[in-house]
Amino acid sequence: MTLLLNGEPQEVAAATLAEALAELGYAGKIVATAVNGEFVAARKREAVRLAEGDRIEVVAPMQGG
Amino acid sequence: MQKPQMKDFYGFEPQSRLFLGTAQYPSPAVLADAVRRSGVEVVTVSLRREAAQGLTGEGGAGQAFWSLIGELGVRVLPNTAGCHTVKEAVTTAQMAREVFGTDWIKLEVIGEDDTLQPDVVGLIEAARILSDDGFQVFPYTTEDIVVGGRLLDAGCEVLMPWGAPIGSGRGLNNPYGLRTMRQHFPDISLVVDAGIGLPSHAAQAMELGYDAILLNTAVAKAGDPALMAEAFAMAIEAGRQAYRAQPIEARDMAAPSTPVMGKAFLS
Repeated sequence: MTLLLNGEPQEVAAATLAEALAELGYAGKIVATAVNGEFVAARKREAVRLAEGDRIEVVAPMQGG
Repeated sequence: MQKPQMKDFYGFEPQSRLFLGTAQYPSPAVLADAVRRSGVEVVTVSLRREAAQGLTGEGGAGQAFWSLIGELGVRVLPNTAGCHTVKEAVTTAQMAREVFGTDWIKLEVIGEDDTLQPDVVGLIEAARILSDDGFQVFPYTTEDIVVGGRLLDAGCEVLMPWGAPIGSGRGLNNPYGLRTMRQHFPDISLVVDAGIGLPSHAAQAMELGYDAILLNTAVAKAGDPALMAEAFAMAIEAGRQAYRAQPIEARDMAAPSTPVMGKAFLS
């Protein structure tokens, strides 16, 4: 299915958020996630099933003021 | 007379009253140097989209930055910079809490893009939602004392009024308003956040009785950021000591400092 990953279309075979993150190379990285604008805690990623067109945000620490 | 005491931040009492932003430095090494030379104990950090490493080979910028912060051994204050709505700010705060492992959040809800002035209505709403959810909120606000009161009602224990628009380097646009805010909230921890350009601006805020200064651009964009960070640290300490020493009141007319009594009559 096609997701919108950080604003860009992305094809994945994964069914859950946890699987999608692994497939996209985020495994083991310090990241936080949101699906369709709602925060998804790390411990809940396996339980979140993805659907066509879901908007996935993956963020990491960055410099800030 | 009892000397005015400096206040803590949700139980944390730093030695350094300079909170430093981590953005815009020429390199991570310069940032690290600025933090070390100034003795800063609190730095602000943010969250941004992380590229998928498996796809582009460019992922991992955030991981490197997080390693650097770990090496510096400082406390982090994550922000919600760039958020324009309550929902954006709340979701960003939730993500920041998980990534950074802290309940602290510098809450920004921006209302206007030219001045980056806070949307204080959204700010109060977001502060209430986050405080109820266990966050320790540092709201980026204005010097409006009514808004300040609402933020305290919402659960905030710290207020962070702007000195001037973010990145403008103009110093304290409204010293009268900031002084009023200090007097109105004598027991609340107050931080001047944004608009500071020079160490003298920071000293002025500390002389007014503010408990800390949060700045970024004035150090990061200086010709020598580490030297400037040290200059700010010294100015902030000087201003803090001046406040504790209880400055004299300004007056309109001269008052001779040399005693007049006993002066020779020579005319």
